[in-house]
Amino acid sequence: MFGFGILSGLLVLPLVGAAFILSLRGDSEAARSNARWAALATTIATFLLSLVAWSRFDTATASFQLVESHVWLTETIRFKLGVDGFSMPLILLTTFLMPFCILASWESIGHRVKEYFVAFLVLETTMIGVFCALDLVLFYLFFEAGLIPMFLIIGIWGGKRRIYASFKFFLYTLLGSVLMLLAIMAMYWQAGTTDIPTLLAFKFAPNLQIWLWLAFFASFAVKMPMWPVHTWLPDAHVEAPTAGSVILAGVLLKMGGYGFIRVSLPMFPDASVYFAPLVYALSVIAIVYTSLVALMQEDIKKLIAYSSVAHMGFVTMGLFSMNEQGIQGAMFTMISHGLVSGALFLCVGVIYDRMHTREIKAYGGLVNRMPIYAVVFLILTMANVALPGTSGFIGEFLTLMGAFRSNTWVAFFATSGVILSAAYALWLYRRVVYGPLDKPALQTITDLNRREMITFAPLVLLIIYYGVQPGPILDAFAAPTDALLKSVEAALTTVKTAALAAH
Amino acid sequence: MYHAIVFLPLVGFLIAGLFGRVLGARPSEIVTTALLFVAAVLSWVSFIQVGFGDGATRVQIAQWMSVGDLRVDWAFRIDTLTAMMLVVVNTVSALVHLYSIGYMHEDPHRPRFFAYLSLFTFAMLMLVTADNLVQMFFGWEGVGLASYLLIGFWYQKDSANAAAMKAFIVNRVGDFGFLLGIFTVFVLFNGVTFDAIFSRVGEFANAKFHFLGIEWHALTIACLLLFMGAMGKSAQFLLHTWLPDAMEGPTPVSALIHAATMVTAGVFMVARLSPVFEYAPAALTVVTVIGGITAFFAATVGLVQNDIKRVIAYSTCSQLGYMFVALGVGAYGAGVFHLFTHAFFKALLFLGAGSVIHAMHHEQDMRHMGALRRYIPITTAMMAIGTLALTGFPFTAGYYSKDAIIEAAYASHSSAGSFAFLATVVAAFMTSFYSWRLFFMTFEGSARWGHGDHAHAHAPHDHEGVEHDAHGRDVEAASHAQHEHGHHGGHTPHESPLVMLLPLFVLAAGAVVAGAVFHGAFLGEGYEEFWKGALFTRPENKILEAMHHLPVWVPLLPTLMMALGFALAYYMYIVDAKQPAKLAADHPILYRFLLNKWYFDELYDAIFVRPAMAIGRFFWRTGDQRIIDGLGPDGISARVLDVTRGVVRVQTGYVYHYAFAMLIGVAALVTFYLFRGAH
Repeated sequence: MFGFGILSGLLVLPLVGAAFILSLRGDSEAARSNARWAALATTIATFLLSLVAWSRFDTATASFQLVESHVWLTETIRFKLGVDGFSMPLILLTTFLMPFCILASWESIGHRVKEYFVAFLVLETTMIGVFCALDLVLFYLFFEAGLIPMFLIIGIWGGKRRIYASFKFFLYTLLGSVLMLLAIMAMYWQAGTTDIPTLLAFKFAPNLQIWLWLAFFASFAVKMPMWPVHTWLPDAHVEAPTAGSVILAGVLLKMGGYGFIRVSLPMFPDASVYFAPLVYALSVIAIVYTSLVALMQEDIKKLIAYSSVAHMGFVTMGLFSMNEQGIQGAMFTMISHGLVSGALFLCVGVIYDRMHTREIKAYGGLVNRMPIYAVVFLILTMANVALPGTSGFIGEFLTLMGAFRSNTWVAFFATSGVILSAAYALWLYRRVVYGPLDKPALQTITDLNRREMITFAPLVLLIIYYGVQPGPILDAFAAPTDALLKSVEAALTTVKTAALAAH
Repeated sequence: MYHAIVFLPLVGFLIAGLFGRVLGARPSEIVTTALLFVAAVLSWVSFIQVGFGDGATRVQIAQWMSVGDLRVDWAFRIDTLTAMMLVVVNTVSALVHLYSIGYMHEDPHRPRFFAYLSLFTFAMLMLVTADNLVQMFFGWEGVGLASYLLIGFWYQKDSANAAAMKAFIVNRVGDFGFLLGIFTVFVLFNGVTFDAIFSRVGEFANAKFHFLGIEWHALTIACLLLFMGAMGKSAQFLLHTWLPDAMEGPTPVSALIHAATMVTAGVFMVARLSPVFEYAPAALTVVTVIGGITAFFAATVGLVQNDIKRVIAYSTCSQLGYMFVALGVGAYGAGVFHLFTHAFFKALLFLGAGSVIHAMHHEQDMRHMGALRRYIPITTAMMAIGTLALTGFPFTAGYYSKDAIIEAAYASHSSAGSFAFLATVVAAFMTSFYSWRLFFMTFEGSARWGHGDHAHAHAPHDHEGVEHDAHGRDVEAASHAQHEHGHHGGHTPHESPLVMLLPLFVLAAGAVVAGAVFHGAFLGEGYEEFWKGALFTRPENKILEAMHHLPVWVPLLPTLMMALGFALAYYMYIVDAKQPAKLAADHPILYRFLLNKWYFDELYDAIFVRPAMAIGRFFWRTGDQRIIDGLGPDGISARVLDVTRGVVRVQTGYVYHYAFAMLIGVAALVTFYLFRGAH
């Protein structure tokens, strides 16, 4: 249809839904209900379409697939889309999580309902756009555009300190991005194109690589977020509405990791090797430091937010270990963390909707009145501490193994995160779920209702399924990881031979 | 068949776990117990096939993950060692399921309890059938989860929740080493399956490996790291603190998990990896020393505990030390044999203790027992058998296995072996003493129960002369009784129902005959045909040979120790019952030191728990909020506010001020352009 393929469809579909919701008149209960159902239908349709894309996707090859290219700004800066094994699972993660976000917002959003769902659908388009853009300018555009709906979601539908949180979020991410834009311009002047496949084959001079790498790093590190630019995340999570937290933790954090694997590692291999110790150091600090901080949190969401930072430390550590286990493990951790942390935030949302507080102290003994909730929360907690049999284990195990192969010190300190994560996660569980139910406010709390059970069932099942059978996702990463490692190695050997020749 | 053995408990877990509330308690109990009995019978069949026939095999289930060179399968490795563990796990588990029907009959959450028990069994079976280290780790953490859930089964009790958490986290400390060990093995062998490791281990006999900037003998560091995992799971010295607290769980759980099966996983692991440990003599020395220390240390603490379950828990800890001593000196057969026999008599002791506790309406403090022999004679008889087997009375199970370990320690003729010999001999004496002390305090003497509010008030009493410390650590409140039972005080102990006694009979039979029947196969003349290489010893390892050529006094020594321990206990608790209190009063520091378990909990609290929290708070308040945010976004926005406040001050509202400012601006612009033009 008009030369547009399935990826364009994924981008356009949420916008169509958004346009429909905008066209609804009035703010009556009927209009709100229509908006909800329209949003749900749109996100489900998008998910189904992404499944079609997945079925046409061939995991055996490392090249870009489902490519479409249209003239856009100039002949060289094009509207080009395509996916490979790294991006396809992330797109699926995005489209898969969206319906849950809509469901989680069903009753908890009371004002400006239409605008809320419009913001979410626009956000979905930008997220998918980031993962399938094959032009750096387009990538940058989507990368930045996603900030706006998220900024609005936190700033309008957030908690008490939402303005502070939303500005902190916006400023942090924007500052990083400015440097990225400069780097993209520099690359355009060097290579004469912003086409990602062409740039992947282009060799930048090692000196230039250093600067470009740093510029991109500024942006991706903030998005990840890596220590020490992580402090926006806990605030943003605490203030964001439940669905906002789910998307923030589930998808937005993955953009940084995706950026590393799409841009930094393959385009600047020399700089990546040069800076690997820096990334290691920051990752290990993130794992140990934020785990300890998580231990002392008094707010459930903040605790989970800090644990997210720790998990992202595993991702960066794995990516820069530059071996199969590390990279595939890091990619798997991103998918798994998307499911687990998304579900954990939904879990918090469940009790927040009932009690309107996130203070750990306000809870205790929930298992007495909410047994099903306790089971769901337990499984997610175990996935969060990477118990084998859950998807969390695969990623953590592989990233640690990758790190161990490249540097035992890094692995040694990072593995201590295994102990710390158990400490903070189980302590949280004990304080919230176990114990006697003696707080007066909790006496009438109700267990999961049908809508909530429908929300959790697929997430929990997938977390366990991918823990036992990670093949479907891991295999998608295999081919591009292989290609990436080969190209990095080739680049490094040319540098070495050049250096030798110079002597 | 192996599919059935391993997955039937999983089926039971899913049925009881998912549909328990719909089915009701009784069907859940019957389904899980019946499935476990089927699995247990099949396990014995496979044990006979594999051990006394030719049934060793590998069963592929599915691929787990494949990344680069790393290939991990879901698969069963069936050899004699596995088959023996299948028997231990499934037999004890089936009996504990049966026993729990009686023991838990008042609990409102029985489906959940049985689901957890079956889940545990499944995880344990995955552990012992593992074909590679990663699957073993799956089972390893799976039993950890089940243990966590079962210790915290009575989730209303804060002490149970704390104990559950402690168990999981301390085990994670061990797992930290286990994981690093797996990585080391993978880097060396480029694979994690046992076949890949064992077939190439000889190539790495002298290999070096850099770990944390130090060059190590590769197999030694791999073994030490893996052994750290074993120390956590098997509650060895330094990582033992969780096991006594784990007694917060229901007593059948203590019997199954914290005596017979899970805690022996570390022993199983070292035995399974015997081909690797054989090439790492330094690591074996560490195993010996740690085992010896544990055997001694736990026995000393066991001497003074008053909670009936804690005495048995420390006894378990001590016996696990024995097993490691055997492994450490290279007598794998003896270690595994003790694992096998210990499962019977320790499960018997725990279930017997459970029967006592049941009879006493959830009283666990031995100071409030006494004279129970007349009320619960069958339980008393079973406990006597268990005690005899544990202390190594001639021709019971413990006599064969425990004495073999002590002999092996002597026969090793190494300095570590000599130390372990000394430690285990002294521990044998203490084992006998505390076991008989338990027996006499519980079943003999005068009745110290039944006088009104005896149990639950915990008024200061001075049975052993010294009051308890402020934490009341030695006083185990039977607090779950509060929501279990409505009746306290004046009651007569009653014998347990048949459903609880039957498992005791079976285990008692095992405790009596298991040693005599299997001792030839496990470490005697049938060794080679029985193990068929499942336990590997290098040709220069002659320990089994040496055990036959010992001075006459060595084999007699353990029996002598047993007799002395019995005599002393008899003297102190039957003949002259004032002695214990007097002794404790004469040596208050020593008594407190032992009573408080060498102050390990306090020490760890001071050097790990509190600092971790303090550092966490410091990182959060100072690191994140003051430094990062202070110098970052908040600082910048504060500066921006300062500047804008300054701007506000400039906005005076007088027109001529503005006009003047504009004039300056115009002047500046003109100047600028002039300068530019000049260039």
